[in-house]
Amino acid sequence: MTFPDGTKALTNVSFDVARGEFVTIVGPSGCGKSTLLKIATGLLKQTSGDVVLESDRVGYVFQDATLMPWRTVQRNVELLAELHGIPKAERVELARKAIETVRLTGFEKHYPRSLSGGMKMRASLARTLTLSPPLFLFDEPFGAVDEITREHLNEETLRLFEKEQFGGLFITHSISEAVFLSTKVLVMSARPGRLVAEFDVPFEYPRNPDIRFDPEFARLSGQISHALRGAHA
Amino acid sequence: MSTDIESPVTTPAVAGDVAPDLEPEATYKPKREAVWRIVLPPFLVGAATIGFWYFISYVILEPKRRFLLQPPHRVWQEGFADSETLSEMFKGLWSSGKVAFWGLLIAIALGFALAIIMSQAKLIERAFFPYFVMLQAIPILAIVPLIGFWFGYGRTSRIVVCVIIAIFPIIVNTLFGLLSAEAGLHDLLTLHGAGRLTRIRKVMFPAALPAIFAGLRISAGLSVIGAIVSDFFFGKGDIGIGQLLKRYVARIEGEKLLAAVILSCVLGVAVFVFFGWLANRVAGKWAPAVRGKK
Repeated sequence: MTFPDGTKALTNVSFDVARGEFVTIVGPSGCGKSTLLKIATGLLKQTSGDVVLESDRVGYVFQDATLMPWRTVQRNVELLAELHGIPKAERVELARKAIETVRLTGFEKHYPRSLSGGMKMRASLARTLTLSPPLFLFDEPFGAVDEITREHLNEETLRLFEKEQFGGLFITHSISEAVFLSTKVLVMSARPGRLVAEFDVPFEYPRNPDIRFDPEFARLSGQISHALRGAHA
Repeated sequence: MSTDIESPVTTPAVAGDVAPDLEPEATYKPKREAVWRIVLPPFLVGAATIGFWYFISYVILEPKRRFLLQPPHRVWQEGFADSETLSEMFKGLWSSGKVAFWGLLIAIALGFALAIIMSQAKLIERAFFPYFVMLQAIPILAIVPLIGFWFGYGRTSRIVVCVIIAIFPIIVNTLFGLLSAEAGLHDLLTLHGAGRLTRIRKVMFPAALPAIFAGLRISAGLSVIGAIVSDFFFGKGDIGIGQLLKRYVARIEGEKLLAAVILSCVLGVAVFVFFGWLANRVAGKWAPAVRGKK
């Protein structure tokens, strides 16, 4: 991927994500992680290479919650179904279920401004869930919330993944988040972004939040950290 | 505003249990301020102004020059308490109010249309925007006679003046508002194949509402001024408040003149308050700026 101004953002990046697989890409900021996701969704057109999507329903979770401030939680969650022309009664039901799944029941009538950062992010997740996409793309979704909330959101994401068995492609710069969630972690180097290392995460699902304190978790995190540093140099 | 924290959802086996942020944040019930804290300050300023007015009328001005500023109670007697004058002024106000209303309505329709077109293509915006700035910079008094030549001295000309004077804030605010929608929301709509119209309807227009209302409040006041100014110049048709002002000036009826000025202010304030109320109705729940909250 080369931008019109000549910036070479990505080169030689190739990987697959299947259903039931959760692939996380970690890399330093500015390494082209977001560019990669934008290419995967078609928001950006790549200068060379191919993207093959086996479904036209792709869930995309943004860096911010990107909720509409003028809509209540319920109406925000209904948005995607609305855009896809799903009839009112059906989308109300879809939204209700999704809101229940992310445990925001009781907050349907609230406007985003009265929600905390974590709750906004959950509403955003619920919105994506309504279409039950087979592929979920996450663009550093929990970067803006505090550590504790982030851990909770990680656990929720994990739970969603275990339940829905979608294919997940997750972008982050947090190593522990990557190991905690993924079946596979890919390490990207800085400009031009390319994949420099690949790690399989051996933990079984459903995962217990306490695997974070497992020696194996620490060892793997260490290896990824080293790979990242190597990529940075 | 109560929210039950114990939602009936069966909580899955996740350690940490219910996330702490499930609790509603400090319930944001606006604190009721004591009535006197709201009413008293403007009341005091009003009382002081009237006091100062009396001071000028009776202390500064010697009796034979008192016609320059008649004291408040004279304005009341001659202007408001005299039913004939009052009904004359209300008729004028009604006539000017209608002109202002139609002018504002046309300015809104035209302003929205122009802003939406400009929001769709940067080139169109670049091509037209400088001329709207020029339009706004035209000294309205200078072109009022010209408008008279073109459209006659009746209602049409009055409305045209209102449109010219009121349209700029509508264009600028609407355009600014339309372009203010979060980029992520645009991406979201792109991802889900939304077309141009859907985008305008579901993202750009709602995002623009707070800015639009800020513009409307200004434009509504300007339209009232436009109606009065144009009425002052164009004598044909219904007699508006501008014609009355002119008549009172000619007859040196200072009391009536001031009464008419005060009534004109009231009309301006009324539309300002109305649009504030409307903004709060439409967007107050989600746009803190509209509510006037910091």
